[in-house]
Amino acid sequence: MPAKASRAAFGEALLELGAADTRIVTLDADLSKSTMTAGFAKKFPERAFNLGIAEANMIGVGAGLALSGRIPFVCSFACFVVGRFETIRMSVAYTNANVKIVGTHAGIAIGEDGYSQMGLEDIACIRALPNVPIVQPADEVETRQAIAYAVAHDGPLYLRLTRQNLEPVSPAGYRFALGRWAELRRGHDVTLIGTGGTVFNCVEAARRLEADGVSAEVLNAASIKPLHEELLLRSAGKTGHVVTVEDHSPAGGLGGAVAEVLGEWLPTPLKRLAVRGFGESGTPAALYAKHGLDASGIVAAVRKFLNR
Amino acid sequence: MEETRLAAIARECRVQIIRMLAHAGSGHPGGSLSVIDVVVNLMFDRMRHDPREPHRSDRDRLVLGKGHAVPALYAAMARAGYFAESQLLTLRKLGSPLQGHPDRSVLPGIEAATGSLGQGLSISLGLALGAKLSGSGARVYCIVGDGEIQEGQVWEAAMAAPKLGQPAHPLDNLVVILDYNKVQLDDFVKNILDLEPVIAKWQAFGWPVIEIDGHDHGQIAKALDQAEATRGVPAFIVAHTVKGKGVSFMENNPEWHGKAPKPAEAVTAIRHILGISEPAWDEYLAAETSARAIVDELRALDRK
Repeated sequence: MPAKASRAAFGEALLELGAADTRIVTLDADLSKSTMTAGFAKKFPERAFNLGIAEANMIGVGAGLALSGRIPFVCSFACFVVGRFETIRMSVAYTNANVKIVGTHAGIAIGEDGYSQMGLEDIACIRALPNVPIVQPADEVETRQAIAYAVAHDGPLYLRLTRQNLEPVSPAGYRFALGRWAELRRGHDVTLIGTGGTVFNCVEAARRLEADGVSAEVLNAASIKPLHEELLLRSAGKTGHVVTVEDHSPAGGLGGAVAEVLGEWLPTPLKRLAVRGFGESGTPAALYAKHGLDASGIVAAVRKFLNR
Repeated sequence: MEETRLAAIARECRVQIIRMLAHAGSGHPGGSLSVIDVVVNLMFDRMRHDPREPHRSDRDRLVLGKGHAVPALYAAMARAGYFAESQLLTLRKLGSPLQGHPDRSVLPGIEAATGSLGQGLSISLGLALGAKLSGSGARVYCIVGDGEIQEGQVWEAAMAAPKLGQPAHPLDNLVVILDYNKVQLDDFVKNILDLEPVIAKWQAFGWPVIEIDGHDHGQIAKALDQAEATRGVPAFIVAHTVKGKGVSFMENNPEWHGKAPKPAEAVTAIRHILGISEPAWDEYLAAETSARAIVDELRALDRK
């Protein structure tokens, strides 16, 4: 299976799900070609609404549609849609409206457009809301399942998708479930936890570490809220060292969530690899290298962390 | 329904607004009193709704964007039978479904959680579009405050509404009513961020605008008739109102935007609302047992 961006897999999944379930509608804010809902709009024009560059209104209209029995996907770049946090907080979360918020273009991996288009704080914001699960799939297979899950889930949900292509990581027969993480590799020296665009890099880093005699366990944290706490604690208890790897701010993201659980239940040495400071323009590869989110960066951080 | 009958219901609701706010010890009398005639006109003479079946899918929806005026909605809902009148005294108390600002998750009949200003109109667009898509025939009424429409999201929604759903599903099932009481929290609206020319603004965004006295039930009904006869676009009603309407010391006074009356003030306010002079008050109370009970309850509150 070739590498595919999760936004592209999302667009394809919506086409299939939308044909079977007429409750599904899409809302966009002049970025449907980028969020990949344009295909849905072409096939189901009566169920696709482009609200113009007005994200707060888009979210509110989505809430009203949800309260009328529709299943709206409100889509924009993660930074723009979650940037209208107050509307998400009231009109979606507190209202408990069945709105699927889709934030694409997660993180510095969008590259050359630079910081203004990078979603780097969205997980932290949404995590603070009591009733909004956060799902970030790591490849095409997982994205398709996550979208199907989002449709079946009765209530608000945040989907974080990537612009960049993602190499396949899911094992054969994989089934996504909220609050469950896939164990992509078993190991006993260190637990690597990735999410979305960093999962494949964790797998690659684990392969290289194995060659050096370091046994790394790799977990795919597609479900960022809720975490798979039982698996996290079991793995941390086994390896004694946890490394989180995410294309997001270190404050309030996956690393923050993992730190909260470990700190409360099983204090374990933890290294949070994340985007420090603001993002900037550059190639995605150069940016991941600069922030230590590529396989080489993860390997170096693990060696230093384990003092090996 | 006759105008005099609607005015009488609104008067009862005004008394309940003052009563519940005095018992709560906090809240927003000014904007509740300015909007109550529109709310009563909608709920008792216009909307298709059934307090016994608050979730039926073809009901008309009322969204109160200016959520701080929810005591007006609670008073009308209790009068309509959504819950017992006695529950009004739980307003703002721990565990009550009568939250300080509306919460749809805990009180059937509330359509949207509002109070963070500027969001009710967008939700109303979605409700109206949803009704059109399902062919339910339901109508959506959204009340916005004058201070509220300073919010940017309102103008995003204002720009979108006449175009959304076109051509198959135009939002001509949506009526928006501006409770134009000219006062916001800090001061008079014109001193904070003047809205004028507000009619020209909405017209420029593609809305037919109807201008009325928002305390005149005949004018309210006529405007709603006219709005509902509009085809192809939603309609906007500018309802000129008086903040604190019915209570002389609250009228047009920014001080009473967000301050509850003390029990003794509440008794005076209720006397004003009922239009009874001070000398005639004791005689009135002796004859009117329900008013007497409310006043006794407030006087007891004062002694606590």
